[in-house]
Amino acid sequence: MHNYLQIENAKMVFDTKKGKFTALTDINLNVKQGEFIALIGHSGCGKSTLLNLVAGLTEATEGILLLSEKEIKGPGPERGVVFQNHSLLPWLSCFGNVHLAVERVFGAKETKAKLKQRTLAALDLVGLSHAIHKRPNEISGGMKQRVGIARALAMEPKVLLLDEPFGALDALTRAGLQDELMRIVKETQATTLMVTHDVDEAVLLSDRIVMMTNGPAATIGEVLAVDLPRPRDRLKLAENPAYHHLRGQVLEFLYQKHLKKVA
Amino acid sequence: MSAVTINESSLKEIMKSPETTPLPATAASKPRPVPFLETERGQAFSESIGKLFRGVLPPVLGIALFILLWQIVSASGGENGLPGPASTWEAAKLLFADPFYDNGPNDKGIGWNILHSLYRVGAGFGLAALVGIPLGFMIGRFVFLSGMLAPIISLLRPVSPLAWLPIGLYVFKETEPASLWVIFISSIWPIILNTAAGVSRVPRDYLNVARVLNLSEWKIFTRILFPSVLPHMMTGIRLSIGVAWLVIVAAEMLTGGTGIGFWVWDEWNNLNVEHILIAIFIVGIIGLLLEQLLMIIANRFNYE
Repeated sequence: MHNYLQIENAKMVFDTKKGKFTALTDINLNVKQGEFIALIGHSGCGKSTLLNLVAGLTEATEGILLLSEKEIKGPGPERGVVFQNHSLLPWLSCFGNVHLAVERVFGAKETKAKLKQRTLAALDLVGLSHAIHKRPNEISGGMKQRVGIARALAMEPKVLLLDEPFGALDALTRAGLQDELMRIVKETQATTLMVTHDVDEAVLLSDRIVMMTNGPAATIGEVLAVDLPRPRDRLKLAENPAYHHLRGQVLEFLYQKHLKKVA
Repeated sequence: MSAVTINESSLKEIMKSPETTPLPATAASKPRPVPFLETERGQAFSESIGKLFRGVLPPVLGIALFILLWQIVSASGGENGLPGPASTWEAAKLLFADPFYDNGPNDKGIGWNILHSLYRVGAGFGLAALVGIPLGFMIGRFVFLSGMLAPIISLLRPVSPLAWLPIGLYVFKETEPASLWVIFISSIWPIILNTAAGVSRVPRDYLNVARVLNLSEWKIFTRILFPSVLPHMMTGIRLSIGVAWLVIVAAEMLTGGTGIGFWVWDEWNNLNVEHILIAIFIVGIIGLLLEQLLMIIANRFNYE
């Protein structure tokens, strides 16, 4: 399989009031089509920065980012982003929020009825058919995040980018959405890059876990292949020694090799 | 089982024996009506009465005290004191019996005067909104423009509205456009400043959404910028109309002709103090209504 998303020697330097700040350096990562990658690290290690580079929201200071052999220049609808705080527009209904994305990507070549159908299908995929006319402030945090996922998926992106999508949710809602994300990714075969700080989430969902060292000048410390068979069931995994071994490896990386000094 | 030891099995036996079965409720034989206030509906009723009482009592008491104070002040003045509430009320009844008479240019009914003032506020404010909203958007969007206009706005904003009247009279040579000009220039600042603040405070997340979706400039404006700025803009509009209504009375006193401000001055010349007091109430009540109306509209656009 060829490398679908390629990141070569990426470096990110921010200009701050206190001078230059190197957030990321020497980032090299190749992602295959259909692969699920989790980016994990302590807060402030630049994992969101790396995601923003792939999203095109920020431009790398040095290095090359390629998506199916084309350079990433600025954001584009072929990379669907799910933001940490859902970022839904409060004046649009759930339908309106998703439709805005659908209209942009397919509006030029498809009929209105087809656009509507796409929007409804995306909301159906995340199980929100009953709430399409509700405004974001009328639904729960978990539902908002689902709309965010529906908005990203509705664009039929080549790559799905998730920035701590379930970070602000309670444990039960999070588990439910993780299961749903696994189902959706399986259905859509989306190549996925997910930022998380939850070890269980990373092991449960991903094919490979990219573990990052602490910033400043953070880089990829280790990449762990998660060779657990799919479909994965969280209850069965709890008794699986391989799962615990993988989990232990991530924890060891985070808490022994790269423990963040608490200020 | 002669002893009085009670263990689990004996307890079961006791519970089963006919003497232990509960007696039929004696109350059922002669039903006693539940007092209304103890029923569910009665509770709700007394609660809503209580709420009404707590909500209405303070303002009613305040107004009553105000009228009492007014009465005391007017009574203590003797012959030449302020008219009291009663005589003002009588004058008001007479005044509002025929609000729309028209006896030539300087003698029109109170209704006409109010409508003229409202028209001037509407027209002057409308022009201010027409210029101020786009200008506010541009100042909020372009830092360069903001830097260019900031000193001018800070310089002109604190100028008393009436200081603009002579300029208006000189330029337009007529009182009507001059008073519109005064309304325009005094009510434009809140619109510009609030709109600009709203634009510069559009959450970054929303703009990131726009970038990720790659929305066109027009879509960014209609779907993200405008709805996001709208609450700030409404605040600006509310402040503007408030200022316009404050200024119109003063401007009309100076320009004359028609309007509630002119009417106040006219009645002062007639030494009809009751009418002046009535005019103060009218100005206050209309200002209050305008404010309430705009609050209702503003809440309609609040999405949080």
